[in-house]
Amino acid sequence: MSSTSVSMTVNGQKVSKTVPARTLLVTFLREHLGLTGTHIGCDTSQCGACNVHVDDKCVKSCTMLAAQADGTSIKTIEGVAKDGELHPMQLAFKQNHALQCGFCTPGMVMTAIDFAKNHQNPDEQEIRNHLEGNFCRCTGYHNIVKAISDGTKAMHNK
Amino acid sequence: MYEFDYLKVSSINEAVSKFKELDDPRYLAGGHTLLPTMKQRLASPSHLVDISNIPDIIGISTNNNEVSIGSATTHHAVATSETINNLIPALAALANEIGDPQVRIRGTIGGSLANNDPAADYPAAALALKATIVTSEREISCDDFFVDLFETALNEGELITSVKFTVPQKASYVKFPNPASRYAIVGVMYAEFEEGARIAVTGAAPCVFRAHEMEEALKRGEELPEIIAEGLNSDIHAGAEYRAHLVKVMTKRAIENAK
Ligand SMILES: Cc1cc2nc3c(=O)[nH]c(=O)nc-3n(C[C@H](O)[C@H](O)[C@H](O)COP(=O)(O)OP(=O)(O)OC[C@H]3O[C@@H](n4cnc5c(N)ncnc54)[C@H](O)[C@@H]3O)c2cc1C
Ligand code: FES
Ligand code: FES
Repeated sequence: MSSTSVSMTVNGQKVSKTVPARTLLVTFLREHLGLTGTHIGCDTSQCGACNVHVDDKCVKSCTMLAAQADGTSIKTIEGVAKDGELHPMQLAFKQNHALQCGFCTPGMVMTAIDFAKNHQNPDEQEIRNHLEGNFCRCTGYHNIVKAISDGTKAMHNK
Repeated sequence: MYEFDYLKVSSINEAVSKFKELDDPRYLAGGHTLLPTMKQRLASPSHLVDISNIPDIIGISTNNNEVSIGSATTHHAVATSETINNLIPALAALANEIGDPQVRIRGTIGGSLANNDPAADYPAAALALKATIVTSEREISCDDFFVDLFETALNEGELITSVKFTVPQKASYVKFPNPASRYAIVGVMYAEFEEGARIAVTGAAPCVFRAHEMEEALKRGEELPEIIAEGLNSDIHAGAEYRAHLVKVMTKRAIENAK
């Protein structure tokens, strides 16, 4: 089998493994590292359930090879809470009832944290535009938009 | 996905020479067309030659009346480039409407042009903005580059290294997106130059094309002609007649919005 060795930092921890070359980043995270918070919701690169941060950029981990992430620093949903305290964006999702089944939530939160970095006081349309690549089949998005608005403010006012 | 081998290259020469040595390779740039295609087992290359880290094919520069964009430059980089927002705002706006934020952070202009999807946005920009596609072998005029459905003038192993756009007097891109995929059901790039306007249409037909009849009508100061539906795409998203109608409406809007 064609394999390749990859090293990266995941949620602050260095990892090195030899994996088949065709291993997707999402497969690497879920099956090789056991970080199953990152979800797979589609096979067409459209749903965003798999979104993680690679060198501080929000990407679809189902559409990147683990080999392409060699040498990078990755953050997944497991890495956003600190010392048992929810991240302000996670808290905003909880307080706004921005999830029902929760399947889309890890990807939504990763997108939202990325969005908040470049927006101080976003309006609703900006938030909705930024959710173009995140599908939710339960909530109707309304509370997600509210949560992102609150979470963004909370991140900047801490 | 079928099995394959993966290799990273760091120069144009290395990419081209590795490609020649291998059995059935494909270049990998942003991977946002190729990887989904491979996941569906519609492509099964023996090797992926990753070109996304070649410094010489990343970045944006200007020279006289031209803007040159390295082929591995992401849609996000184009959308947020100060140079492009100043010189060809319509091109930055087009890049900002491709897919979604995660697609834009990975997808590249070279990958989009090489793929020549009939509904992709960049081909319309290249054709309207008199682009030259610079490759590892030669320079190809946009008028010769887009051949047919998913087909370009590129030879096997020929690597796009940059794309040179001509700065227009005014331009605008208007797309009627498919609400699910964001690809264009019809997209029109309109660009004005001293010698007249160029109108390039994507999404409507099997391959991007120039609407010569409309360009001529504008030159003569006449009303835009009706578009003939024959030969246009017809699918579950839109029939050929509807697409024909959209071509004219999007063109009108593009002319009104041009700046
Ligand atoms: C959910 C989703 C929505 C999208 N929406 C849109 C949209 O609205 N509009 C739009 O235009 N596109 C859209 N796309 C496509 C996206 O823009 C792709 O990024 C782009 O088409 C391909 O670029 P890439 O860098 O990802 O190429 P890759 O997937 O890496 O490669 C594509 C093809 O081009 C070849 N190639 C790549 N670079 C070069 C080069 N420099 N020289 C020669 N050959 C090369 C590869 O071998 C491959 O055959 C969407 C994609 C997704 C997943
Ligand atoms: S699983 Fe990655 S976009 Fe759907
Ligand atoms: S909460 Fe169920 S998919 Fe979003």
